Amino acid sequence: MSHKVVVPIGPYHPLQEEPEFFQLYVEGEKVVDIDIIIGYNHRGIEKIAEAKHYDQVAYLVERICGICSSSHPYAYVLAVEDLLGGELAVVPERALYIRTIIDELQRIHSHLLWLGLAGHFIGYNTVWMWAWKYREPVLDCFEIISGNRNNYAMFKIGGVRRDIRDEDIPVLNKAMDEIEPALKMFRGAIMDDPVIQMRLKGIGVLTKKQAIDWCVVGPTARASGVNIDIRRDEPYGALALGTISWNVILEQEGDIFAKTVLRILEMEECVGIIRQCLKKLPKGEIDFNVKDIPPGEGIGRVEAPRGECFHYIRSDGTSRPVRHKIRAPSFMNVASNKVACIGGTISDAAITLAAVDPCYCCTERLAVIERPSGKRIMNGWDLIKLSQEKTQRIKEKIGHA
Amino acid sequence: MGIAEIVRERLNGKIISWQMSNPRRYYLTVKKEDIVTVARVLFEDLSLRFCIASGVDTPEGIEILYHFTDDKSGIIFSVRTIIEDKNQPDIDSLVTVFSAAEWIEREMWEMLGINFRGHPNLKRLLLAEDWPEGEYPLRKKK
Amino acid sequence: MDLKTKALTKSIWVFHISAGSCNNCDIEILDCLTPRFDLERFGIQLVGSVRHADALLITGAMNRKSVPRLKKLYEQAPKPCFVIAVGQCALSMHMFRDSYNTVGPLDKILPVDLYIPGCPPKPEAIIDGLVKLVAAVRGK
Repeated sequence: MSHKVVVPIGPYHPLQEEPEFFQLYVEGEKVVDIDIIIGYNHRGIEKIAEAKHYDQVAYLVERICGICSSSHPYAYVLAVEDLLGGELAVVPERALYIRTIIDELQRIHSHLLWLGLAGHFIGYNTVWMWAWKYREPVLDCFEIISGNRNNYAMFKIGGVRRDIRDEDIPVLNKAMDEIEPALKMFRGAIMDDPVIQMRLKGIGVLTKKQAIDWCVVGPTARASGVNIDIRRDEPYGALALGTISWNVILEQEGDIFAKTVLRILEMEECVGIIRQCLKKLPKGEIDFNVKDIPPGEGIGRVEAPRGECFHYIRSDGTSRPVRHKIRAPSFMNVASNKVACIGGTISDAAITLAAVDPCYCCTERLAVIERPSGKRIMNGWDLIKLSQEKTQRIKEKIGHA
Repeated sequence: MGIAEIVRERLNGKIISWQMSNPRRYYLTVKKEDIVTVARVLFEDLSLRFCIASGVDTPEGIEILYHFTDDKSGIIFSVRTIIEDKNQPDIDSLVTVFSAAEWIEREMWEMLGINFRGHPNLKRLLLAEDWPEGEYPLRKKK
Repeated sequence: MDLKTKALTKSIWVFHISAGSCNNCDIEILDCLTPRFDLERFGIQLVGSVRHADALLITGAMNRKSVPRLKKLYEQAPKPCFVIAVGQCALSMHMFRDSYNTVGPLDKILPVDLYIPGCPPKPEAIIDGLVKLVAAVRGK
């Protein structure tokens, strides 16, 4: 059996030689086993948090992941507020709306980022450029509200740190006006494209039973028919007030097409939520100035773009946490790749691994190992190239080349 | 009957203490020997979802909290168990109940030194290979 | 051709490495390629192999597992090669300096030629830094 050795060209996913993150064991074209090796981003944040004051921890956890940069601080402050009696008891109403606006803006930017990378992985570089182009108005919104495109530092225990000025509201609405038609365009372009359907339907399937066994969360779970969404199951922010109408998106097939469609439809829901929040934003305080944290335990969770982000805090009444447990959604989702990839072909490996939406720099380290020889025959860039070539073959087959 | 009453009833003989922190947060303490049975009741019989487990080094021993959630009500049941022997802490693995236990038990092993009996693949998850043996980052310094 | 000549011919190839970063700096680097910022009009290109690199863009707080890989990649890069530290974590390790799992900052591991501060640095800042580097190489 001959194996193509592909010379890496192109800039976007720098190949690394070792050590690997995903090791795929293949027999012929089929993936028979997978080893997932993580730890390249482990910075000991839980331990550092034990040495910081409660307000410093919000700043620290923001930098766990740059893409879900507001989910972690939000889940953290919810954990502390849970200890204090719950978000609704401790946070003023205006702050709840601002929190939801930030949370949903983040979901749009994250899903667009994923859409772009997924497009690149299957060879649709235009999708990449357009998806990232429409991220820019979202990042502009963040800059208007918080002063920074990423790492917005908006969350504090008891409220938010910055307000939205009245004169900014029309500007934010205008950004939504810009994004909404683009999302419709993506929806049409992707859902109706026969090549994409052939490329992604039935690929990388995670069945409902597997999704439950691996306790996956977020779009990875909802695409497999597992109906969970923290925004509905344990509402927070403005969504807990019952004033915003929105829908949970659910798909059944569990394949990559389902995951793609789900994320696009979710973005459209986000735009709806943001518009309603901007309209209903009440006047008032944005912060109740919480001073002391009594002894106790609290758990906070939010629906990050990738799924449930879970924080647990234990306090002994001093100014520093005794224990801070952080569980990012990808911790559950990436582990499930073990079953999603096995049985598939190596051309589909890159997009299957990317479909759970792990952090970008995790997916760059891939290797394909041939059994029984144990020889490493391909790397991450080769896998992406294989994936793009498969799309090209499909295009030629159905006359779309 | 609400889910909290159902959980309490189904785990009746095994609960050492039961505490409601607020209507959505319940903390129940069980013996470490019962953890697999308790997990089976919650995950298989009552279809609760396993969120994560968190280990803490306390003066009384190594404490593990297993967090399960009922998505229909948004309630989290945190099952607490204490391993008193800090020199050789061990407890049964939950991998036979759900595959999602695999990674978190590896992490708790390398961070706190807890041995999970029956785990198929207890090797390092986050720390580098050259991290010194016997050094557990999340243990409290004396 | 040597690096100076290459810079004069307007073509610096950069290779990106993340050594334990939160990804924000990495995303902002990729953002430089998007239509709004368009890095390539300055003759700067991201490449897929370290063996073609003239400059290394390094982000991250120097995670213990990543550092051996980082050093190996640096050895493989053809010399002369500029090392550019992007983001606060690479410059000073930021709030991870007390962590048990970070070793660094970058300039204790590799010789750094250019520091781009920020958390994350905006694409304008990254482009500004790279342009300054190119100008310095050209001897302006």
